[in-house]
Amino acid sequence: MTRSRRTWLGLGAAAGVLALAAPVLPQWALFLIVISIAKGLAALGLLVLLRTGLVSFGQGLYFAAGAYAAGVAANQLGVADGALLALLGSLAAAATSAVVGLLLARYRAIFFAMLSLAFSMILYGLLVKSSLLGSTDGFNVAARTVFGLPVGSGPGRYGVYGLAVLLALGAALGLDRYLGSNLGRLAPAVRDNELRVEYMGASARNVVYLNLVLAGALAGAGGAVTALAVGHVDPEMAYWTTSGEFVFVAILSGTASVAAPFLGAILLELLRSFAYEHAPNTWQLVMGAAMLAVILFLPDGMWSVFRARRRAAP
Amino acid sequence: MSTAVAILVDGLIYASWLFIIAAGLTIIYGVMRILNMAHGSLYALGAYAAASLAGAWLRGGHAPLGSYAMLALSALLVGVVMGPAIERGLLRYTYGRDEVVLVLVTYALFLILEDLVKLVWGVESYFVTEPYGLLGTVELGPLSYPVYSGVLVLAAIAVGVALRFGIYGTRYGKLLLAVIHDREVSSALGINVNRIYLVTFTLGTTLAAAGGALTAPTVSVVPGMGVEVIVLAFAVVVIGGLGSMPGAALGALTVGLVRSAAVHLFPQVELFSIYVVMALVLAFRPRGLFVAAEARKI
Repeated sequence: MTRSRRTWLGLGAAAGVLALAAPVLPQWALFLIVISIAKGLAALGLLVLLRTGLVSFGQGLYFAAGAYAAGVAANQLGVADGALLALLGSLAAAATSAVVGLLLARYRAIFFAMLSLAFSMILYGLLVKSSLLGSTDGFNVAARTVFGLPVGSGPGRYGVYGLAVLLALGAALGLDRYLGSNLGRLAPAVRDNELRVEYMGASARNVVYLNLVLAGALAGAGGAVTALAVGHVDPEMAYWTTSGEFVFVAILSGTASVAAPFLGAILLELLRSFAYEHAPNTWQLVMGAAMLAVILFLPDGMWSVFRARRRAAP
Repeated sequence: MSTAVAILVDGLIYASWLFIIAAGLTIIYGVMRILNMAHGSLYALGAYAAASLAGAWLRGGHAPLGSYAMLALSALLVGVVMGPAIERGLLRYTYGRDEVVLVLVTYALFLILEDLVKLVWGVESYFVTEPYGLLGTVELGPLSYPVYSGVLVLAAIAVGVALRFGIYGTRYGKLLLAVIHDREVSSALGINVNRIYLVTFTLGTTLAAAGGALTAPTVSVVPGMGVEVIVLAFAVVVIGGLGSMPGAALGALTVGLVRSAAVHLFPQVELFSIYVVMALVLAFRPRGLFVAAEARKI
């Protein structure tokens, strides 16, 4: 079985299990999975950037752009369907990154990280001061239907959950496809040696730009899903600590597999739920220690544990 | 007219505070190539230590003027304890890794320190306002400023002069310059690079803690106070050019003046004016104001 075939089967099976499990899972578990998927989508975008050799400390910019766009579309423009709102959020974030990316694509390494952080802080500052969008409090968002099914009764109760699972499946499969294509394979080449990529006739800046927009669209979809699931958006989504959380998930998961960011995000949310209950003031401590352990001992992320074992097997 | 004076004076005070913190950040980056995301937490540690020590001093009924010595002592204490602990205990295992990886390592450290502060000091806020009011106020036209702000400005100037003299005027400073220029060759020539790293990181930590200790009397010391500081200090050093000391001074002045102008003239843009300036500077000078462009490596 080829690698891509295995990925398709694995992801399809995981999505099927998640869909079938919906009626038996308690409400908090459904919510946790939706939030994990939303964060996983943003971390998936970071995976693309990490493969290109870039670390962004500003994915919160697109996350918040997606969430606010979905919120504005629902409240001001009267868009009622959740799926459409997620699409709009993703598009708005992609448009944002297409504009910001014109500048960002010229930077690498630390300067890229710092500049992306600066842009997300600009949006944070704007949102905090804009009374039309609720300032520091943000505003409430609600979808009336998801895929045409009314929310709150019958199968519509699982609407946002189903939307999240479908989005995760689509994003993971699409991205797997993209990363395996010729264009996608240029990303690690740019990371390894940009100048050689250009000698071969490809444009490193275009590759970086495209991946930036992709990462922005994914983070925007995550933000819109979060807005629908929580029913609320606030400027905190653009703050740099939110972006830091995405970086945490991406580092924890590594760049080897498109499924890893979702598993990493679920692990993060589970860890957070337990920590909040038992030791609320050690939650970041555990996160930091886990991140250090991964960076020092598993430089390719948690996923590399499975890989190493598979390679070691005869 | 009085608005212009207010903008200048407020900007200068704010810039002094920023410079003390950013100087520590930029010297660590210049020598060790580590962009220390935990710098804000070390700043917060300095503030907490100052609040505890100066608070204990004042409650003990000692001479109020001694609380200034307590502020200095707490900065030194945090620097001498945390600097070597972090450098020897963690950072030395990561040398030679990519700069971006080091950012992630210090980000993890930031998360850990944030919670350690909460575990040690709890989540309630601390106040030591006595040193702030002790020196009285001074009238500048219609405005009155606490003399303590003047102390802050003097402290920043002293830090700047001391660093300038220390780096260019002493033997140790010249060794430091050699390490900045080329780590491997310096090491081959017999310079103890490890010790230089240790001293640099301790110095940077002390400066961060000094920034916190000097701020402690002017604000309430609360959890999360370092979170905002780190992005501000980043803006300062990125504007000036990473690793450049004059750059940090110019960056601090720029950010200080822009912020105070925004506060007085357009309060609604206060929060993001700084980052707009940072983005603008990077758009035209991709490596900051004081750093020359580097050749691309093949």
